[in-house]
Amino acid sequence: MRVLAAMSGGVDSAVAAARLVAQGHDVTGVHLALSKNPASYRTGARGCCSLEDSHDARRVADKLDIPFYVWDFAEEFHEAVVEDFVAEYRAGRTPNPCLRCNEKIKFAAVLDRGIALGFDAVATGHYADLRRHDDGSVTLHRAADGAKDQSYVLGMLDQTQLSHCLFPLFDVEKPVVRAEARALGFGVAKKPDSHDICFIADGDTQGFLQRYIDDAPGDIVDADGTVLGRHRGTHRYTVGQRKGLDLRVPSPSGDPRYVLSIEPVSHTVVVGPRDDLAVRRLTGIRPTWTGSPVEGAFRGRAQYRAHGAAQEATIEARDGGLLVSLDEPASGVAPGQTVVVYAGDKVLGSAVIASAA
Amino acid sequence: MSVYLDHAASSPMRPEAVEAFVEASAVVGNPASLHRSGQRARSVLEEAREGLAEALGAQPSEVIFTSGGSEADSIAVLGGLAARESEGRHRMLVSAIEHPAVIGAVGHGAELLAVTRDGVVDATAAAGMIDATVAVVSVMAVNNETGVLQPVEEIRRLAARSGAWMHSDAVQALGHVPVDFGASHLDLMSLSAHKIGGPVGIGALLAGRAITPAAIGLGGGQERGVRSGTAAVALAASFACATRLAVQELEAEALRLGELRDRVAAAAVAAGARLNSRVDGAPHIVNATFGGIRADALLFLLDQRGVHASVGSACRAGVHQPSEVLLAMGRTVDEAGQSLRFSLGHTTTDLDITRLESVLPLAVEQARAVR
Repeated sequence: MRVLAAMSGGVDSAVAAARLVAQGHDVTGVHLALSKNPASYRTGARGCCSLEDSHDARRVADKLDIPFYVWDFAEEFHEAVVEDFVAEYRAGRTPNPCLRCNEKIKFAAVLDRGIALGFDAVATGHYADLRRHDDGSVTLHRAADGAKDQSYVLGMLDQTQLSHCLFPLFDVEKPVVRAEARALGFGVAKKPDSHDICFIADGDTQGFLQRYIDDAPGDIVDADGTVLGRHRGTHRYTVGQRKGLDLRVPSPSGDPRYVLSIEPVSHTVVVGPRDDLAVRRLTGIRPTWTGSPVEGAFRGRAQYRAHGAAQEATIEARDGGLLVSLDEPASGVAPGQTVVVYAGDKVLGSAVIASAA
Repeated sequence: MSVYLDHAASSPMRPEAVEAFVEASAVVGNPASLHRSGQRARSVLEEAREGLAEALGAQPSEVIFTSGGSEADSIAVLGGLAARESEGRHRMLVSAIEHPAVIGAVGHGAELLAVTRDGVVDATAAAGMIDATVAVVSVMAVNNETGVLQPVEEIRRLAARSGAWMHSDAVQALGHVPVDFGASHLDLMSLSAHKIGGPVGIGALLAGRAITPAAIGLGGGQERGVRSGTAAVALAASFACATRLAVQELEAEALRLGELRDRVAAAAVAAGARLNSRVDGAPHIVNATFGGIRADALLFLLDQRGVHASVGSACRAGVHQPSEVLLAMGRTVDEAGQSLRFSLGHTTTDLDITRLESVLPLAVEQARAVR
């Protein structure tokens, strides 16, 4: 197969590319330039955007003796990911930009360009298991290394996208990946994993948002609507946040208060006790399916953040939406996050959380 | 087998130049040392200087070896300004299509000379800008992206009338159009070895004996005090060898490459491109805009088929930036992003161009589908 290996400059995508070469595929490495000013993006963060990452990816391609190119997706990335990130916060939601990048850039714009250029598939270093079946369909499953599993961030891909994907790290554990990288003499073998947002250079998400979003002061209220204090802008808060509320009136019980919800139109931040963070019902919009769309109710598992366990749930797909009823209450679920639903270890689909109660 | 059509970026070393380099590498000593070893090293360096001077119509004392074309350019504009500020000459004029090593002087206050849509520096407009406050004027001989010849002599006359120094970056002229420093009456000229089959890492600034640009780097005062640092003896020997060959072959090569260039231009036009080069330009460069096609996609598809072309312009972190040269010629950012440069050189063969002719239409067709 002619494979386009997306090489972030990290160890995972490096070993993924190496495995494809070893399997005899015709591999071309491509690094995505996602910033017009590479120095501004965080070094090593998620290994996708900085100048050093581009260099590291190139050196791995050199070692593998495969063609290597840098593709400029800075404009597309800014529009589809960065601007969306800001707009979501402005609307009082909590987005996950990595999912957005996978959905709009890596497995959309890059895949489209790759196919137009004659490639059969795009490969990445994600830890996820793609199984091909006799009828030609593919299903997406959790990776063998459960601790590293990244099927969640791929949960919004559809059958067409998945059919052009390769995830060579489906069956390995991270230490093995590092060992393979060392054995191949890759300089990135020791490069640390990172979990930060690549386009926020200093890791200061609040500072980043404040550059884009003007303050719009409003009230901080409790569940009854009693005003407890003032804030400078709802974008400075996320659901589940405890610090930085700066409330002068202590709660009746003396217990700490948390952000329960954000109402951007009235610029209101609602706070309350930790117990009130618990939710059981998630309403999802814009559902996507890895295979044929599912209709009706079924038992499954729901995961609503990248680094969290999936929870048993009853899931109901109807009217172009998704209703997820968790068996056990969950806390810190914010609108804007994506819920990915599983049947066992198989990814069924995803939806963006519109509300949680 | 790959078809290398990026000689304007770097041309493969000539075997004779490799041999000259290897031979001179055996020489012991620093050419500035006063013992016999130093003297022998100095002798090799001076022979190279003399060889280069002879091939270029210059006096040996006018040859200042540098690390390459960029350093020669930098000394010419910044060193030219620094040397003349005390005379009340505080302005630099550089054309809008210069190499970054010259146009970077804009960051030091240089003013731009406009170019026409044809990519030719507008001499009439330049006339109105040159006066006794100008220290140095810089206009390249052949543009590195389009191959368009520039009215250097016309502007030199204007500069001379006002007493400004005239510099010309002749890096892309050497080996392709006649270069005669003495006959040109230029004050300063920049050259590079690796564009003509010499080694990377050496170039020269030719500076008339009557003038001395100021040094822009610190050091021991080698090369007339203009460019410090231990002279690179073996690189100089190799550079001189390549230059001698390039100049010897010039007439025949210009004819041969000119015909091949015309074929490349015809192939590009047949594939729907508009040329940014001119028929009367240098014989080794074709720049063409393929409307509606991403240059990086076409570059990739040609690369896949073993044809190595270029977008011509500078590259940052592997991503090419819209060509400042094409923008200065009035092209839009989109047009600049749809343009490729094919540049030929001493190793280019008839078969190379036949190969390009056969793959270009397919690659262009496929590139049309790429968004």
